[in-house]
Amino acid sequence: MVSEKVKLPPFQALVDDHWRDVARLARALAGPVDGDDVAQRAWEKAFAAYPNLTSARNLRSWLLTITTRCATDLHRARKPQTPLDDAPPIAVDGPDAADWPDPDLWQAVKDLPERQRVAVTLKYVGDLDHHGVAAALDTTPAASRRLVSDALATLRTKLGVNHD
Amino acid sequence: MTDLERRLSRLTPGGARPPVLPTADVSYALHHTPVGTLLLASAGGRVVASSFGDEETMTNRLAQAISPRVLRQPGALDDVRRQLDEYLTGQRKTFELSVDLVLATPFQRLVLNDLPDHTSYGRTTTYGQVAGEIDRPKAARAVGTALGANPLCIVIPCHRVIGASGALTGYAGGLDAKRFLLNLESKS
Repeated sequence: MVSEKVKLPPFQALVDDHWRDVARLARALAGPVDGDDVAQRAWEKAFAAYPNLTSARNLRSWLLTITTRCATDLHRARKPQTPLDDAPPIAVDGPDAADWPDPDLWQAVKDLPERQRVAVTLKYVGDLDHHGVAAALDTTPAASRRLVSDALATLRTKLGVNHD
Repeated sequence: MTDLERRLSRLTPGGARPPVLPTADVSYALHHTPVGTLLLASAGGRVVASSFGDEETMTNRLAQAISPRVLRQPGALDDVRRQLDEYLTGQRKTFELSVDLVLATPFQRLVLNDLPDHTSYGRTTTYGQVAGEIDRPKAARAVGTALGANPLCIVIPCHRVIGASGALTGYAGGLDAKRFLLNLESKS
């Protein structure tokens, strides 16, 4: 059952170390209500896949990538005809944005184009570097930089903040 | 980091709960007893650990030996915990549990497998006698080492094995724990 070459830590260690990060990212990607479902689904997928992992490196990044894909799957399931790049801003349900810590920013992030929104969320909520963001989005680190840079520019304009 | 980036890092509120996961390949619980905290673990319906070892070390050993899908799931150990509590309050003399010495080496298994048959509740034996029982009469010291590595403390009663002089000599849970267990058995 266990690969001879890969020494994976006990799954409980992943849960203890990363469940809060997965929950925060899932909420940021899918909204306050769907976010908790996305996090739960991500953990179930990770649990199922875990014994077959071929590397014990970057397990946090692996979990956040699964979380991103679960959020994307949910989004696509609700809008099956829409390609990801052209998707309209995500329609999150649940509590009004006023319930969140920074409602103006939350609204502005929600209104970003899909890949920019996911990239900027992975970068700052998930605290991933551009290699991690790129892996989650099946793109290159250079493309990740562009997505995040474009997202920040849009947010600055929308929120009226300077590049400090 | 700019002010906007700092705001982004605090975008979502807390308050979420840990995930709920299916029964793991290895379930474990930390069980507090009068002789110390035991890490109890089961896999496939068999008890694989009852250890005084620390959580990180033991769960890593279980992950390498059985499966990395190791989760803290105390409910799976309810029967083990109940039987241990009954034993530790003098209400039980033997355990009705299926055990698996998957964490033991072949020699440790040789020593530990039949230990419940070589000892009995309330009576002690010596390392030399156990060595004789397994047809390794000169291996008393190796027997001591194997007993010291018992992954199923209390359930497999290595505490009943003492030195030929009568000295308690050693125990994974400490000599106070060994003394407690022997006193418990002598009284009950």
